[in-house]
Amino acid sequence: MVRGAGATFPAPLYEAWVAAYRAVAPQLRLNYQAVGSGAGLRQVFDGTTDFAASDVALTDEQVARAGRPLLHVPLTLGVVAVAFHVPTVGPLDLAPDVLADAYLGVVTRWDDPRIAATNPGVTLPSLPIVPVYRSDGSGSTAIFSEYLARRHEAFAARIGRGTQVRFGLGVGAKGNDGVTTQIQTTPGALGYVELLYARHGHLTTARLRNAAGLWVAPSNGGATAAAAATDRALGERHPEDLRVSLVDGPGDDAYPLSAYSFVLVPEEFSAGGEAKGRALAGFLWWALHEGQKVAPSLDYAALPIATVTRAEARLRLLRAGDHRLLDPPPSP
Amino acid sequence: MTSRASAPPPFSTIGRRRWAGWLRVGPEVNGGDAFFRFSTASVTVVATGLLVVLGIGLFVSSRGTFGRQGLGFLVGPTWAPVHGVFGALPFAYGTLVTSGLALFLAVPVALGVAIFLAELSPRWMRGPVGLLVELSAAVPSIVYGLWGVAVLVPWLREVAEPALQRGLGWVPVFRGVPVGNGLLAAALILSLMVLPTIAAVSRDVLRAVPTGLKEGALALGATRWEMLRMVALPHARTGLLGAVLLGLGRALGEAMAVTMVIGNNPRIAASLFEPSSTMAAILANQFGEAHGPHLEALAALAFLLFILTVALNVAARLLVGRGWGQPKAEARFLFPRAP
Repeated sequence: MVRGAGATFPAPLYEAWVAAYRAVAPQLRLNYQAVGSGAGLRQVFDGTTDFAASDVALTDEQVARAGRPLLHVPLTLGVVAVAFHVPTVGPLDLAPDVLADAYLGVVTRWDDPRIAATNPGVTLPSLPIVPVYRSDGSGSTAIFSEYLARRHEAFAARIGRGTQVRFGLGVGAKGNDGVTTQIQTTPGALGYVELLYARHGHLTTARLRNAAGLWVAPSNGGATAAAAATDRALGERHPEDLRVSLVDGPGDDAYPLSAYSFVLVPEEFSAGGEAKGRALAGFLWWALHEGQKVAPSLDYAALPIATVTRAEARLRLLRAGDHRLLDPPPSP
Repeated sequence: MTSRASAPPPFSTIGRRRWAGWLRVGPEVNGGDAFFRFSTASVTVVATGLLVVLGIGLFVSSRGTFGRQGLGFLVGPTWAPVHGVFGALPFAYGTLVTSGLALFLAVPVALGVAIFLAELSPRWMRGPVGLLVELSAAVPSIVYGLWGVAVLVPWLREVAEPALQRGLGWVPVFRGVPVGNGLLAAALILSLMVLPTIAAVSRDVLRAVPTGLKEGALALGATRWEMLRMVALPHARTGLLGAVLLGLGRALGEAMAVTMVIGNNPRIAASLFEPSSTMAAILANQFGEAHGPHLEALAALAFLLFILTVALNVAARLLVGRGWGQPKAEARFLFPRAP
């Protein structure tokens, strides 16, 4: 029985994969608990779970706290959409400095000239902006705050960047579902949620300006393009351990609020047992290849080929003692 | 009496008077009773010991915060984990304001319900209505929270808060843009949640007032109201305070319903319309993902909430002074001087 725990975002995808993988390897039993990235990381650090899932790469401080090397294996991409609720208005183009100032309380109404400047021809009501954010620690907050912090100094200084930042103004709601409900029920609300939730909640989303200066709508394709472009741009300098941020990355089609969704596995898997390690390695390999074909039908972004190649290299490092877990088992 | 030759073992309480300190623990008539006493005593020790263990565990987890900041943590006005700054004041403020306002709104209504059900209503009504009141106390908090999000918050935002601003906008607590979520929403939800608890317990307390006392007052010519004011309510005073404390305890600890309507913004809000946070709500939100100094600060908040609840209960008992009316074994220890 392979056990995993972590982020709620990829949970439906992992469950679908486990069900599909049963046709390939019926003997694997895998149980994934969507308890949140923080709890998942704690469990994999302690060794009480076999792998963790996180929407954010480990910081250096967390790598040190883990005690033993953990492999980052990206399996899909998270897309954070900026959503809002302004009656009578459709999708808008919102510039990062305007977003930052909305959360700082500088831009207070939807008919502010700076919003009208990027949306010519749209009649904006004089509705007060109600910033909405995640009250619990969240990878979405990390992605969103990273984007705004890079583009706006005052945001970086006052609010900060990370899974839990100090917004100071507005309403906090718990979980992606909480933020979605808050935006749905509050006229004038402006917030950030995973694209899946925005779609299912029928929220109006905004187009954002990416690093290339182009307006891009949130989509899985935009995330895949962001990953591919970052890979190309970094080339040789791409970190081997795949701890790279895709936020505000290069690429004309890149959507700025994208991030890898990782699985974290201990590189040295003896503690879990070699048989279990082989089963897990086989599943992860399948997820990187066949699984990617299934992901779009479930509304999840597929990894670009370049990322799959790098992830394969990481997976090959998985070992128990001297045996590489992806190689065929030694004959008795 | 047993002879010395076949004296029971030293710890036995069978047939002998024994003391543990000043507490008399014997005699028991037979082994079965002795075992019964032992097992119920052990269970009591475990149950009360859990309380102590909980308190100690919380304190130990929060050592780091108190070591770094000392008592300054209690009055720190800023909570910003991203900058490494932790202070409990915003949550103490939010907790006290929401619970205080909730009690202020709920207690008069609950007392009215209790008096009506215990004294003034037709007898055929007391059973069904009493049951309804008790049932409302059993509704899970998450249901109140969902109702708050779906009904109360929009109503506050569209109807109630603008009306309050129009009429009383000069008062500082009614300023600001009505969002719906905020201290007022949390206080209203809490008052709805504690109302049935206080009402049900108060009604039972009033019913327990000896009929002879009440009839004596009526026989002497008192009106219903005079009987209540001069006989029933004073007699039930301590029990009523206990009912209010039960309600306060529920209000202080309520996390789920509050976090859904209060806006979860850790700051001291001047206006009741503004989002804020309480100790229970912030714990519900941030405990899962916290680690390091952040986790220690949250444990410190939990410890504070624990101490606050315990201290409130103890203070109320001491304030009342007369114990629970009838001398009981525990009252002799709490109030050694005769009442």
